[in-house]
Amino acid sequence: MEVLDRYESIVDDFAAFTAACERPLPSAVRVNTIKTTVERARAALDAEDITYDPVDWYPGLLKFPDDQPGTNWPYFHGWIYGQEEVSAVPAEVLDPEPGERVWDACAAPGSKTSQLAALMDDDGVVVATDSNLGRLSALRSNAERLGVTNVAVTHEDARNHSLKPFDNAEYDRALVDVPCSCEGTIRKNPDALDDWEYDHVKGISGVQKGVLRRAVQATKEGGTVVYSTCTFAPEENEAVVQHALETESCRVVDFDLGLEHSPGLTEWDGEAFDSSLANAARIYPHQNDTGGFFVAKLEVTAE
Amino acid sequence: MSDERDGDGTVPETNDGQRFDRLPTTEAERTVEGRATREEVVTLFADRFGIPPETFDDYTFWEKGAGKIWIYAGDASTPLEIEAIGMTCLRTRQEHWKPTTDFVQRFGQHATECVIELEREQARRFATGEDQELEWDGDWGYLIAAHEVGVGSEGRSSRDGESEARSASNSSSGRSPREEAVEREALEPLGVGLYVHGELRSMVPKGRQRDLES
Repeated sequence: MEVLDRYESIVDDFAAFTAACERPLPSAVRVNTIKTTVERARAALDAEDITYDPVDWYPGLLKFPDDQPGTNWPYFHGWIYGQEEVSAVPAEVLDPEPGERVWDACAAPGSKTSQLAALMDDDGVVVATDSNLGRLSALRSNAERLGVTNVAVTHEDARNHSLKPFDNAEYDRALVDVPCSCEGTIRKNPDALDDWEYDHVKGISGVQKGVLRRAVQATKEGGTVVYSTCTFAPEENEAVVQHALETESCRVVDFDLGLEHSPGLTEWDGEAFDSSLANAARIYPHQNDTGGFFVAKLEVTAE
Repeated sequence: MSDERDGDGTVPETNDGQRFDRLPTTEAERTVEGRATREEVVTLFADRFGIPPETFDDYTFWEKGAGKIWIYAGDASTPLEIEAIGMTCLRTRQEHWKPTTDFVQRFGQHATECVIELEREQARRFATGEDQELEWDGDWGYLIAAHEVGVGSEGRSSRDGESEARSASNSSSGRSPREEAVEREALEPLGVGLYVHGELRSMVPKGRQRDLES
């Protein structure tokens, strides 16, 4: 936990923050509207006497106040998918529409891929990319259980993502939910910080920058790119977005978010970031009783 | 060399298991031997299960691997060398073509024929992958197994003593249980079963089997 002490200067109510990080994370599911409706899924959970609390910012996201329920019929039918509350944020911010072309750059194991497909009514295409074949296999079985038919899966390094198989068609939107140091998952994985090293944070930020740049390049002018991590480190968050602002044609834009959050940083460790980064959102565990998260929304501009 | 060539001198194409090829629309357009056509696939779903062909108007069908057919909500250039497109829906290149569990869960609610309705305990056994003896007066072969979801832990316990599955055609009430259930949107496809010799064999793949409380 000492790793998190470096954030004392940026987190309001640091004591509440560290206390929340030590509590286990409530489990949650997202109703898969490709196969059912929120009403039917809730009725089916009711019928099995499973208690849940809907969240007010995302229809069909249900939190379990008690222990995670065992296997149940809604799960078997692909009506629900285990997904932490805060993990549903980036797809909601990306806000894809039916019929669009969307890229999920670091897609496995498919929570957000299937969420994007559901937001699009399974119409259009979600190109789901990952560099890890084993995790892609998990993505495929998750997507099939949820009945997703508008997904195209590619196995490659997202930094070198090729549009060739798709006739070089650019994307309307891209989700860049990158691999990160996962500090924000400490409530789910108490050993998440055991191997934390500053060199790792710096190293992985290089990969994150490469993926975000490729996403901006592959998205149409006027299109949307959402960048997100489940970590607090500004080196992996604001600094990565800052790098994209300096190297690609894009700008940070404001968005609404129905969860309590703090603004993105405009300064860290002696480095200043563009003032627009205040439009990004930092979600801390004590604010909504969730994991930690960072999300920024970018618009692709003319070169 | 000569035995690899057709009469017109072209080399016949073979199935390439490493890439996706869109199914030819009809037999006249088929260039790869043994490959199913879109027409055959849609006709199978219509003839066997009563799924209206127009259900698939906005979908394309693809083959990757011998006989494995994928359904995709859109179109793309063929051939396509990527990891996956849409979802697997059907196994062909065998005597009886077999729909996948996930396809049936996704599209099976459009079916009106060869749907076997299971009581809660029968559904539980089906989901664990068990075979079970059941009465069924329809065709043998692959059936869509379905049950009611959201009716409580007892399932349809109000029908005490009625342990056999009911088919869509043997109801005496004029409206089959399936029609009634569809009206209530309560009947939900579980997966594919193979019905032979008085027995329903669950085709739910190992990775999808679950132990559910009845």
